[in-house]
Amino acid sequence: MPKEIVFPLQEHIHVEAGEMVLLTGVIYTARDAAHKKLVEMLKSGEQPPFPFENELVYYAGPSPAPPKKIIGSVGPTTSGRMDAYSPFLIEHGLKFMLGKGGRSNDVEKATKKHGGVYFCTVGGAGALISNCVKSCEIVAFPELGTEAVRKLVVEKIPAIAVITSACREDSEKAEN
Amino acid sequence: MREIKSEIIVSAVAELCASANIYIDEKILNKFESFSGEGNEKFVIDTLIQNAEIAAKEKLPLCQDTGMAVIFAEIGQDVYVSGALTEAINEGVRIGYETSFLRKSVVADPVRRINTGTNTPAVIHYDIVEGDSVKITVAPKGFGSENMSTLKMLTPSAGLQGVREFVVETVRSAGQNPCPPIVAGVGVGGTAEKSMLMAKKALTRELGKHNPDKFWADVEDELLHALNELNIGAGGFGGKLTALAVHINVFATHIAGLPVAVNIGCHSTRHKTVVI
Repeated sequence: MPKEIVFPLQEHIHVEAGEMVLLTGVIYTARDAAHKKLVEMLKSGEQPPFPFENELVYYAGPSPAPPKKIIGSVGPTTSGRMDAYSPFLIEHGLKFMLGKGGRSNDVEKATKKHGGVYFCTVGGAGALISNCVKSCEIVAFPELGTEAVRKLVVEKIPAIAVITSACREDSEKAEN
Repeated sequence: MREIKSEIIVSAVAELCASANIYIDEKILNKFESFSGEGNEKFVIDTLIQNAEIAAKEKLPLCQDTGMAVIFAEIGQDVYVSGALTEAINEGVRIGYETSFLRKSVVADPVRRINTGTNTPAVIHYDIVEGDSVKITVAPKGFGSENMSTLKMLTPSAGLQGVREFVVETVRSAGQNPCPPIVAGVGVGGTAEKSMLMAKKALTRELGKHNPDKFWADVEDELLHALNELNIGAGGFGGKLTALAVHINVFATHIAGLPVAVNIGCHSTRHKTVVI
């Protein structure tokens, strides 16, 4: 069985690049428009609308919830579009990320430097991931619709660790 | 002259929007089910099969990105559509996206970015054809894959090798972003806009059906093989199933040119057609 990781993290996690994991607990959705706003807020000295430390941000914008469903389909969007914002947010503590696709060198460097992890889940598996969501609440930017920040309680989203700071010889050397 | 009421177009388009987004293409599902791989790639394919089952059972879209609605409308020249046709198609999209709980992902202006709230306007391509029927294809296009589109105006000396290299390089650099295993839609020839339109339309072809010209059918096979050597794999974690099919459409071109366009479809490459 893959390792289950619970957010917000209570202790240091040890995952290797390429390792399959299951993600559980509280996570926050944010994509293009929310990222832009988060960076603007931090730059103007405001507090972020949700905690960053030990939390996981999920690059996703769900489809509307049909009646009796908690949320609609909610698979990952392309993470690379967040590359312009991520290094700044990682500096401010938001260093655990979930999405799909490759990241820039800057994001990789910042993730490793700050002991974060970038996970990928299966692009296009929105219906399946919908069933991993146990509760959903908009916590910021409701005016953004699907791009609002949602606090999700999730169980066992299947994912693969792609960028990790642990167990990589080069990053260990860098830390030493 | 046969008359078709625009209300019929509205309900047909609404129904196609829903079914294209919720039900996986059977040919694609067959490819998944016959896949024999291992490790992360097997995990991805198994996940996609389960995803399709859940989507159908719960009437959820396969993917939250239910796309911009791309419509190919072939209008028989002996048909008279009463009412406004373009408005009818857009009304069908609006109703389909609203009543089936599909995501509205369209912003009115590409820079000012205010969501229209209806997933309209649709992108509509009309063709006038012989006959007295109307054929409508709805192909919702997500932008994880659409953003990976490429167009290059090769010069004639680049030849077939240039075409091949451009297609392979497009898929290679797209990597995990367009949600592999992908369908590669390729347009060769025409003008700049004609080649891209052919590439898009190639994605609506029945999966794996070849170009009727043997020369290009062979190129499709060669390219499919080359793409599956890229080690991108299903889900983009490495592996042998990077592409499900390569569909090439071809048109005459100018003595000075060799346009090539690539439009990538994700592993769900959604399209549904009805003939009225």
